[in-house]
Amino acid sequence: MIRFDEVTHRFGEIEALRDIDLEIEAGRTTVLIGPSGCGKSTLLRLVVGLVEPTAGRVIVGEEVVGPNTVLDLRRRMGYVIQGGGLFPHLTAGENVTLLARHLRRPEEETESRLAELCALTHLPESALARFPLELSGGQQQRVGLMRALMLEPEVLLLDEPLGALDPLVRRELQRELREIFGALHRTVLLVTHDLAEAAYLADRIVLLRAGDIIQTGTLDDLRERPAEPFVRRFLSAQRPPVEL
Amino acid sequence: MSSRRLLFGLWLLLVGCPPLDAETIRIGSKAFTESYVLSEIALRTVENAGVKAVHRPGMGGTIVLWQALRSAGIDAYPDYTGTIGEQILSAENPLSHVEMRRALAEHGVGMTDSLGFDNTYAMVMRRDVAKRFGIGTISDLVMNRDLEVGLTHEFMERRDGWRTLAARYGLEMQNVRGLEHALAYPALARGDLDVIDAYSTDAKLAKLDLVALTDDLGFFPRYEAVFLYRLDIVPAARRALESLAGTFDEARMTRLNSVAERTHDYAVAADLYFGAGTKSRSGVGRVALRIAGWTLRHLQLVAVSLGLAILIGVPLGIRAARPGLLSQIVLGTVGVIYTIPSLALLAALVAVPFLGISGRTAITALFLYSLLPIVRNTAAGLRSIPPEIRQSAAALGLEESAQLRRVLLPLAMPTVLAGIKTSAVINVATATLAALIGAGGLGEPILSGLNLNDPALILQGALPAGLLALLVQLGFDGLERWLVPRGLRLDEGRSQRVTSTP
Ligand SMILES: Nc1ncnc2c1ncn2[C@@H]1O[C@H](COP(=O)(O)OP(=O)(O)O)[C@@H](O)[C@H]1O
Ligand SMILES: [Mg+2]
Repeated sequence: MIRFDEVTHRFGEIEALRDIDLEIEAGRTTVLIGPSGCGKSTLLRLVVGLVEPTAGRVIVGEEVVGPNTVLDLRRRMGYVIQGGGLFPHLTAGENVTLLARHLRRPEEETESRLAELCALTHLPESALARFPLELSGGQQQRVGLMRALMLEPEVLLLDEPLGALDPLVRRELQRELREIFGALHRTVLLVTHDLAEAAYLADRIVLLRAGDIIQTGTLDDLRERPAEPFVRRFLSAQRPPVEL
Repeated sequence: MSSRRLLFGLWLLLVGCPPLDAETIRIGSKAFTESYVLSEIALRTVENAGVKAVHRPGMGGTIVLWQALRSAGIDAYPDYTGTIGEQILSAENPLSHVEMRRALAEHGVGMTDSLGFDNTYAMVMRRDVAKRFGIGTISDLVMNRDLEVGLTHEFMERRDGWRTLAARYGLEMQNVRGLEHALAYPALARGDLDVIDAYSTDAKLAKLDLVALTDDLGFFPRYEAVFLYRLDIVPAARRALESLAGTFDEARMTRLNSVAERTHDYAVAADLYFGAGTKSRSGVGRVALRIAGWTLRHLQLVAVSLGLAILIGVPLGIRAARPGLLSQIVLGTVGVIYTIPSLALLAALVAVPFLGISGRTAITALFLYSLLPIVRNTAAGLRSIPPEIRQSAAALGLEESAQLRRVLLPLAMPTVLAGIKTSAVINVATATLAALIGAGGLGEPILSGLNLNDPALILQGALPAGLLALLVQLGFDGLERWLVPRGLRLDEGRSQRVTSTP
């Protein structure tokens, strides 16, 4: 579904990603994990064309991500960041429907999709009239997810979506995310730095360090057949215990 | 959409404004009483001949009026033969009227015969001070080099002015400074100044008991009053101006000047010229009407220049919000324009061919001043948007223009509006300077009042201008409530609310 073809990305002197070859399978959930600054966010931004590769190419479906394809590709993908990235001048409902209305999708369709998404993400419909600043952190995250899901994207990209939430809310949303991923069968690429979250949500884990992919596989693969001593160190540094 | 509403409002302002220049004879005057009075008399004479006319009072000094006449910013104004020869035609030796007419005709300008009086320059002192120092002639100043000399800027600079005079007489005055003519008399009366330049028909000479020092070396040329006019004006207007020749003498002019200064109204002096018949309409109603006229014109200047500044400044600000050299150039340029003193900017623009002495120049200057706060605030407002909002807007799949219109500009709106508000308030204040180049507005009574030494007249301009600035401020506060999205106005208390239930 998504393919990285010898992708390198530099920010000036900093090499954020080095020679990345990676295939993200359709209909499954892939989780990117690794220490802070290892290039996870950059990898995700390459997919939505927020940054361009210094070398190599990123292919989504059949199309290379580039200036000519990016607008159409973005509309077929949903991108959520920590805190939801909501627009503070629009209500929750307006945030979710902004693109649909901009593209002049039929209003009844938009309304019914909105109700559907409220049910899916467990957001009370009364919250739709509120502004982001009037919502709780968990609600903001749900609205961000709804906005990404609005046009039924083929690919869902989530960059530490639950990073800023307190543990109870986070637990609940993790459970919901798993439900949603299971129900939708979409291609999901999710970034986290929390191994427990990765293990809980992932079909496949990609472990990065300083711009390199160290190992890919399930959590068991990583545990039982660590590619490098770093993998063991990374796993053992994670508390609380891995089982959720 | 809020941006569309803003554009519509601007369009209304621009379209709703009446045209700046009408098809009428525009008579200018210099910034002193006699010039006001002469032009007011010319105005009525031309009107009586059945030609529409307006008076642009107190536009400035010789060069400003001459440029205005040449560039068709005005059609006529009164001047003096000495000034015309020295200042305008730069003649080495005194010219005859015939020679003068021939030279002026090359510029498309005609000259009437002498109006009938001579208004020469004079060096003037208080009678008691002159007596104390034993000064009767300009030559006597040589021995009194410590006296305080105050000169109009024009006299200081002109070819037949102070420098040449001082050289001819061998004066080495130690304390010479330039100031507005209207301020020189009070300073002389108080004793802050000992010697000033003045006109020999000036009404204040008698009123303040001043003496004109004898020009014992015969330095000053003759200054016969005449009207200069464009040769392309309608014959009726030309005939009317020519008919003024020989209708004055020095005593009459001095009297008219003193009436103008006593009544603080040069229209009354004009009444006197025409005989008691055409009494000027006076009273509160007329004053209110005049203030309304000035205020309207002021608003027009502000609205057009501010509207242009918004239409051009916001897009410039949007461009300047991106990183890069071009943005620095844009911000740097509008910043530099902003630091040019407003008088210097006006003077520089007057020299531009298409602009000259006109409302266009005033509007251009105001427009240029209004740019900086708008450009800078638009750029700052856009730059201050957090990167995650920016990236979310892009990743959503909105075109760049839609990102700007639906997300970025609404978020920058409070800052943009603050910039526009700053511009508007500065604009209202600066627009009072428009009167300096005859563009009208509330600066007109302020300037006239200054020249007529009439505090009441000054207030007729200053109070409405102050009030206008206040109203503009309040208006924008209201506009803010209308244009700034409600989600951005949520109070801090509520925004801090975080609940633990998802
Ligand atoms: N806009 C940027 N400009 C310069 N350097 C950046 C930028 N974004 C990220 N980086 C650098 O690239 C590297 C990878 O960053 P990122 O992809 O955000 O890491 P992660 O999401 O894994 O924490 C880091 O060293 C970071 O400092
Ligand atoms: Mg990151």
